[in-house]
Amino acid sequence: MTALMPLLTSRWGNPESWTLKAYEATGGYEALAAALKMEPAAIIDTVKDSGLRGRGGAGFPTGVKWSFLPPPDGGPRYLVVNADESEPGTCKDIPLMMADPHSLLEGVIITSFAIGCHHAFIYLRGEVVHVYRRLLNAVREAKQAGLLGNNIKGSGFDLEVTVHTGAGAYICGEETALLDSLEGRRGQPRLKPPFPAVAGLYARPTVVNNVESIASVPWIVKNGADWWKSIGTEKSTGVAIYSLSGHVERPGQYEAPLGITMRELLELAGGVRQGHQLKFWMPGGSSTPMFTPEQLDVPLDYDSVAAAGSMLGTRALQCFDETVCVVRAVSRWMDFYAHESCGKCTPCREGTFWLRSVLRRIEAGGGRPEDMQILQDIPKSIVGRAFCPLGDGAPSALTSSLKFFPEEYARHIELGACPFDHAASYLFEAVTL
Amino acid sequence: MVTCTIDGIEIDVPKGTLIIRAAEQAGIMIPRFCDHPLLKPVAACRQCLVDVASPFGPEGKLRPFPKPQPACAIEVTPGMVVGTQMTSAAAKEAQEQVAELVLINHPLDCPVCDKGGECPLQNQAMSTGRPVSRFVDKKNTFPKPLSLTPQILLDRERCVLCQRCTRFALQIPGDPFIALQMRGANQQIGTFDADVLGVAPVAGEAADESTGDVPAVCGEPFAGYFAGNIVQICPVGALTSAAYRFRARPFDLVSTASVAEHDANCSAIRIDYRRGVVLRRQAGDDPTLNQEWISDKDRFGFRWQTAPDRLDKPLVRRDGELVEVSWPVAIAAAAEILGQAKTTAVLPGGRLTLEDAYAYGVFARRVLGTDNVDFRARVSSAEEAQFLAHHVAGSGAGVSLEELIAAPSVVLAGFEPEEEGGILYLRLREAGTKVYALAPFASRGVQRLGGKLIRCLPGQEGQWLSELAALGKAGKPELAGSVIVVGERLASSPGAFSNALKAAAALDAKLVWMPRRAGERAALEAGLLPGLRLGGRAAQDGLPMGLDLAGSVAAAAAGEIDTILFGGLEVSDLPDPHLAREAFAKAKVVALGVRRGAVESFADVILPVAPPQEKAGTFINWEGRVRPFPQVLVSTAVSDAKVLARLAEALGKPQPIGSVAAVHQALAELKPGAERAPAPAVAPPPVRPTGAGEAILSTWRMQVDCAAGLDYEPYLAASAPAPLVRMSSELARELGVKDSDPVAVSTKRGQIVLPCKVEATAAANLIHLPAKSPGSWVLETLGVTSGAVVQLAALKEVGQ
Amino acid sequence: MSYAPETLRALKRDASQIMARYPSPRSALLPMLHLTQSIDGYVSPDAIAFCAETLDLTASEVSAVATFYSQFKRQPNGQYTLGVCITSLCGLMGGDAIYERLSEYLGVGNDQTTDDGLFTLEKIECNAACDYAPVMMVNWEFFDNQTPTSAVEVVEALRAGRPCRPTRGPDQVPTFKEVSRTLAGFDDGLANQGPSAGAPSVVGKDLAAAQGGTSVVADAAGSAPAPGAADKEADK
Repeated sequence: MTALMPLLTSRWGNPESWTLKAYEATGGYEALAAALKMEPAAIIDTVKDSGLRGRGGAGFPTGVKWSFLPPPDGGPRYLVVNADESEPGTCKDIPLMMADPHSLLEGVIITSFAIGCHHAFIYLRGEVVHVYRRLLNAVREAKQAGLLGNNIKGSGFDLEVTVHTGAGAYICGEETALLDSLEGRRGQPRLKPPFPAVAGLYARPTVVNNVESIASVPWIVKNGADWWKSIGTEKSTGVAIYSLSGHVERPGQYEAPLGITMRELLELAGGVRQGHQLKFWMPGGSSTPMFTPEQLDVPLDYDSVAAAGSMLGTRALQCFDETVCVVRAVSRWMDFYAHESCGKCTPCREGTFWLRSVLRRIEAGGGRPEDMQILQDIPKSIVGRAFCPLGDGAPSALTSSLKFFPEEYARHIELGACPFDHAASYLFEAVTL
Repeated sequence: MVTCTIDGIEIDVPKGTLIIRAAEQAGIMIPRFCDHPLLKPVAACRQCLVDVASPFGPEGKLRPFPKPQPACAIEVTPGMVVGTQMTSAAAKEAQEQVAELVLINHPLDCPVCDKGGECPLQNQAMSTGRPVSRFVDKKNTFPKPLSLTPQILLDRERCVLCQRCTRFALQIPGDPFIALQMRGANQQIGTFDADVLGVAPVAGEAADESTGDVPAVCGEPFAGYFAGNIVQICPVGALTSAAYRFRARPFDLVSTASVAEHDANCSAIRIDYRRGVVLRRQAGDDPTLNQEWISDKDRFGFRWQTAPDRLDKPLVRRDGELVEVSWPVAIAAAAEILGQAKTTAVLPGGRLTLEDAYAYGVFARRVLGTDNVDFRARVSSAEEAQFLAHHVAGSGAGVSLEELIAAPSVVLAGFEPEEEGGILYLRLREAGTKVYALAPFASRGVQRLGGKLIRCLPGQEGQWLSELAALGKAGKPELAGSVIVVGERLASSPGAFSNALKAAAALDAKLVWMPRRAGERAALEAGLLPGLRLGGRAAQDGLPMGLDLAGSVAAAAAGEIDTILFGGLEVSDLPDPHLAREAFAKAKVVALGVRRGAVESFADVILPVAPPQEKAGTFINWEGRVRPFPQVLVSTAVSDAKVLARLAEALGKPQPIGSVAAVHQALAELKPGAERAPAPAVAPPPVRPTGAGEAILSTWRMQVDCAAGLDYEPYLAASAPAPLVRMSSELARELGVKDSDPVAVSTKRGQIVLPCKVEATAAANLIHLPAKSPGSWVLETLGVTSGAVVQLAALKEVGQ
Repeated sequence: MSYAPETLRALKRDASQIMARYPSPRSALLPMLHLTQSIDGYVSPDAIAFCAETLDLTASEVSAVATFYSQFKRQPNGQYTLGVCITSLCGLMGGDAIYERLSEYLGVGNDQTTDDGLFTLEKIECNAACDYAPVMMVNWEFFDNQTPTSAVEVVEALRAGRPCRPTRGPDQVPTFKEVSRTLAGFDDGLANQGPSAGAPSVVGKDLAAAQGGTSVVADAAGSAPAPGAADKEADK
């Protein structure tokens, strides 16, 4: 049994945990003090050695990403924190920034120092105003305490941090779309190359990292790469936050070494909703192919989940019991992707529009037998053809559901109606209606 | 060079070549929508997906990309192996998949769509699409169409969102008047149109009648002078022009390559006509000149050639009335007038072909025996004539456009790049050339070129250039080796041309003369100035030195010249239109013209001649580049040269001027070595002081204005920016006016009233007027030009 | 632009503060659009003109951005946006029923505003609070674990002007315009209100403590827990 290991979540819920005082009382900014005494290159090496992989979904090694920056040329280089958490099911960065914004800020300062950045940005989705307040407050406190601004803690290192709010666009979680958005444009992905490391924000070398990745950095700097590597698996090191939601008894955030299984997590969460059985679950958000109870013992690390046919993504573990109509769930996700497709490329814009039309029609009882072929074909017209990963991920739930539950689609078409009682899935008594 | 293999064909292409371009060189056409060779890749439509493999690792083993790649965005690398739809099943499948998606929301209205028959989408639907759509759900539909500009319409449901139009607007002229609006499947091209976007009006503003169009409060509705290009590059039928929409089917059109007659660039165009009627003009492809772009003026301004007042029969004045007569009668009447003339002047205008200009020269000197010849139907000076004879005439091909934009820096004097430069403006912008503008304020064009303003009141250019000459390379190293461009309107600035020559010499700079009209350079080469002969030679035929335009007009007004041979020119463009009318009324006038125009009030004989599309000929552009063009339409109309040949015959002095071949024969026989005219040496005048309520006038032509060549094109006229009186903030303060307040500008002769626009960079006592825009005909109304002192007054209401 | 002179002056002052946060002024566009919503309650034609003029953009370029993001409103918004999450998880767990109930109760559909100008009902996409499903955002403040009844109670409290406290947020829900100003980066001083976290956020942490696992920071030293806390078996 893998034990939980709260690190990034350890301060959550503490009294006034978001304040500098509370943060410093629990070891906060000690890693920064240590980092400022290190050579910047040594910090990059430490993070590289730790094996920390990006926690925003793609799992790219964080330290390696930093090392892609070209040598300093005297011009600015930027760190941009991707705090646009919007992938359906993902709900870890928002509570982190609400409860413990200084841990992110400490990571930002250390990372900026390591990569030679003097102006860092936190791109926060705009729909979480209280998180924004907490971040603004943390920046102000840090500035007053000399942790930001000029000559931080006498190190000679200068750093400004701007917390920027988006305004409602899932695509801005894609790093180049995020940069365009941060430049005051429509959040549409950029053509690569050049990659952000070479020409990112304002066409300058830029590192874009997820909140959880950056908040992990102080832990690694303070305790060493070896310690971090000793946690988790060989290729998925350290701890990570697992977010359980849906039909489980105790949904919430479970921080554990990478490699814990869904069976273990479900047990910790008190199991599936009482009196019900797990039907399917999403391992890494709605853009990752779904799993069924068959995959409960797959270690939830990057490679094992990939080997099992899905992606670890953001560890957004959404659980659905047998009351859930998979066609309805998939149709609703397709609504999401069609709504959030930025419109730049044909496959994603038109493909999600088409699939949304067909899925809604099937769910409403207007399905035709030939729709099954369209549901099989159109995802292939999107995946690998779209401009960015949004398109690649959009049909994942559909395609995997067709693999696991083809008969449910057929049943809808045959009946000309949805065979499920939707109220049975509600987390409250339907009679309150 | 990079060697790669496309569909088994090994080819060498320059480093940096995109796969899609390399494939074209190998003769393989990859379907595409968003790709355009002159726009930056965007890889948005995904229609050009191909299979790519590159050598990898020390052994150079071929490693395929995991998924098909957009050919429009990937540069070929050494050893790259590309499979297009021709050889790769994966590429073919990907393209077919994308084509199916492109078409699901596209209406099947090809039979009524203007693009049908020349539509890349239609072609690619045939080559790559499915025979029958599988899409049975509700398509995106839109009310149609939207006016993006008065000239350009958008049918949104036809749009495939390739963004060629928005990328053009942003990247090429830098006029982002349209942009992608909304998101996802609702995404569309558009302006800020509150109704279309569903934006509620500002509370209490709903009743404002100005909200019917693009509200003035919402920014600059002006779409620039090049917006028509987006119609041409739209790969579907989404963008159409009001002038051409629903007028023809592409397959009924005959296309002929030609040259545009509207400015001195002489851009390559394509003229499309059906049954003898020109229906549209498109940009031609000339990589070293206009690339694939043309100005809206060149594109839409062609109806003047078939205007309602187009002449098709000669006219002779009898008992005060012009009556239609046969050609023999008209030629006899004209010959009689010219034969009886005591003193004549020849004013052929600046729009002639080389051949026609040559004919005028020969006719004037050998038939009429006069040297009173001047092609300049505009403000001009003797200094300018001497400058042209000294520096320009007979100098052959000089600084080319490509050389100009590649120069270390360019100094623009008496030349506003956007209003007066046409396509040159786009090329300067594209090249990012370092521009210095010797101008009274930083105009929109100068600002958008990132140009540096060298502030100079009109009339003071000569002074500044002489200082520059004194400083030389050492004093002005940033201008060493530059190109100095002198606009024709420096003729109103004494000493400017003289000192431009000195400055150029002192800076090791090249000096380019920039006329406005397409025919001026050829007329100069043909020797249509007093004392000047073919190829820049000085007169050696014994004729006394003649009078220039101003001299001829004055002499005619004084009764000293009794006969004028008149070409295609506008009296309102002459330095003093009032005096000119008086002079032409007094003299006998034989006029050659395409249209009745203003000449009908004073001409005694009017002989119709062919407009450019009905004759073959040659323009010479400002570079000195020869721009021949063929006869496009079958026509009974004849060139000026042919008419002059018949007149010469009728006068008993036949000349070999009636054919293009004859002219080129004469040019070919020219021997080098003729003595050049000396450089002019005019000293700049002192600064003119202004008192209270006075200002120095600056004026130049807007690109789209009341030019006769733009007549009968109301959509184009409506696309022009509103005429404004621009002034310094000091003057605005003095008058107590702010932007949009009406201001009257007057001289003894008349008054022009326009809304005010404060120009932050303008010299303290400067005002600027458009020279010939609606409500602002400066020469006609005020009787003065740049450099004059004018009176100012604030008014209560515009238009009073 | 029809802004009153004093409004325009304030807008210009605020806009220059926003621009000062960035190396390039155009980055200020999104916050500036939030700011204009705090004046007009939506992105009005005036707002488009103001942003265009301030940032030297065309109106088309500004509306291109404004219409891309779902938080920017094109119609005057109600004093309170009731955003009911209807993405798969929240929707199926009851968000659909909550939305239906509110729609019926208020008599408005998606993106519509009640006649009294108080409420705008909106179907929203996943708001990163799935462990609190079903979620309703009122002016982008969290109302967790909602039911149709609780959602109606929120509406009733707001309508009656009674105290209405988000689950995780300030003590009282601010108005749409107030929140828009906050989103433009102007601190409203409410950061210290509300809880650190809700119960689901700390469920794992509390469980670990209950199981006697290391509570890393509880000992204030912040030293690392022993690697043994991780079960290397998972690595198999």
